[in-house]
Amino acid sequence: MALDLPQRVGLPGRIRPALPGSAPGRLEVAGLDALDTAATPGPSIGGRAWTALWPKALAIAIVLAAWEAVVWTGWRPQYVLPPPSAVIGRLWAEAGTPELWGAVLTTLRRAVWGFGLAMMIGISVGMLVSRFRVLRTAIGSLIMGLQTMPSIAWFPLAILLFRLSEEAITFVVVLGAAPSVANGLIHGVDHIPPVLTRVGRVLGARGLAAYRYVILPAALPSFMGGLKQGWAFAWRSLMAGELIVVIANRSSLGQLLQVNRELADSQGMLAIMLVILIIGIVLDSLVFGTIERRIRQRRGLLTA
Amino acid sequence: MSGAPAAVSGAAVQAAGETALPPPAVRVTNLTKVFGSGRGAVRALDDISLTVNPGELVCILGASGCGKSTLLNVVAGLERPTHGSVQCAGQPSFMFQEAALFPWLSVEENVGLPLRLRHEPGAARRARVAELLDLVQLGSFARRQPHELSGGMRQRVALARALAQEAEVLLMDEPFGALDAMTRDILHDELERIWLATGRTILFVTHNVREAARLGDRIVLLTSRPGRVADTFPVDIPRPRRIEDPDVAALARRVTARLREEVARHGA
Repeated sequence: MALDLPQRVGLPGRIRPALPGSAPGRLEVAGLDALDTAATPGPSIGGRAWTALWPKALAIAIVLAAWEAVVWTGWRPQYVLPPPSAVIGRLWAEAGTPELWGAVLTTLRRAVWGFGLAMMIGISVGMLVSRFRVLRTAIGSLIMGLQTMPSIAWFPLAILLFRLSEEAITFVVVLGAAPSVANGLIHGVDHIPPVLTRVGRVLGARGLAAYRYVILPAALPSFMGGLKQGWAFAWRSLMAGELIVVIANRSSLGQLLQVNRELADSQGMLAIMLVILIIGIVLDSLVFGTIERRIRQRRGLLTA
Repeated sequence: MSGAPAAVSGAAVQAAGETALPPPAVRVTNLTKVFGSGRGAVRALDDISLTVNPGELVCILGASGCGKSTLLNVVAGLERPTHGSVQCAGQPSFMFQEAALFPWLSVEENVGLPLRLRHEPGAARRARVAELLDLVQLGSFARRQPHELSGGMRQRVALARALAQEAEVLLMDEPFGALDAMTRDILHDELERIWLATGRTILFVTHNVREAARLGDRIVLLTSRPGRVADTFPVDIPRPRRIEDPDVAALARRVTARLREEVARHGA
């Protein structure tokens, strides 16, 4: 094969075949390459699930046992502090009712909508601030400040502006979550290895293309931290909002909590609290945890 | 210095001399680069002139800190010259000491990115990427992620990505500097083969004398602080070469002797 010649024989002229062929070194290189990329076998799915689950199960068991113990001591009467068994039984009974599911759906719809809006605003602001130095000087510290502002402090203003309405809740959820999202993105962009932006520039990524193909994906791992934090703030703000902003004929988790307190039904109240906690854990570990793990795995930032 | 005849082994077009066509792929004229200003100013490059002909592989050789990388950065347009001018046939592509592959993209997506940025349609892009991966002999690693590859393989992917830019000029900034000697030998063979196959113009920066003698059509020796062209060595050792060729070793000795002279003159 003519293409193999330059490998072995010194030729007087340049050979520029239109298509590269296989060279004699191929097998040798492939052998070394194969050595260099030994596959790492992972444990079985069942084994992984067990490793991930038993510490959690044990921790939950310890917490429930402690709770049960406190109730046994008779520190508070059982109609104020019911034992976990009663609360879980109540939760089991409520789980089949449309009231609970309706409330969960209303709350989740608000959370998703509010967080989605916060993401859009946070990402836009974060992109602009990370791009333009002037903007960073102008509002960089303001965004930090907003992040530390307790979202409940926004409610008086929200209620004056929007009355007791969905908008008031959304307003506070967005203000609670957007600064974290923006900050996460700014932080992520700041920590991109300079060589990657440089390569992007050399490869011809400019303007929006640079953001789409280089800067945003490069910032993603640290940005996920900001998204998680934003979600946590959104969820907290939402709970505070639902306790304060009661909208007639629209049951939500926060509202059920409030109603149960007014009826002095602490079993029901604790059952709702458990629901809120479980939703928080499920979203954090299943949704955000999974996305984060996928990202890190794909980039080799995680060892099996 | 730019007037030195380019001794490109076997390239007949260059024999006619400096005035003949085609125009040079890179022409650096009286380039000076100063960083900072006032008392803290550092003169990195001083009055450098250099002409690289199309299809030529020129090695820029110098000790660390002599401004070799600065020279490449200016040619790439990443930095502006303080004085003088740089002409280059189109926007050059660039390879660094780190492969700097994008960790969120697979091998084939990395190689395809320059094509995507040029809005190459999907089918043509995939075909070209497959071709380039075959060229660097990593066809079977197309779907892998960069972190699954060895350092040498990553550099080959980076080379394929640089070639995907279809730039006439390829700038290489100590691309094999971080690799072990064995891998480097293999990559020298690979680079020579790919360069012969594609006919690109390569400006290759290194501090390794043997590497320069192994690869270059011409070696341009730079002094340190400020970087000036100290000497130019044409290399007319037939290709393909080997790093252990006696001719390569002999040339490396000559270049090293010249380098020592320079160091002795200016103080290390």
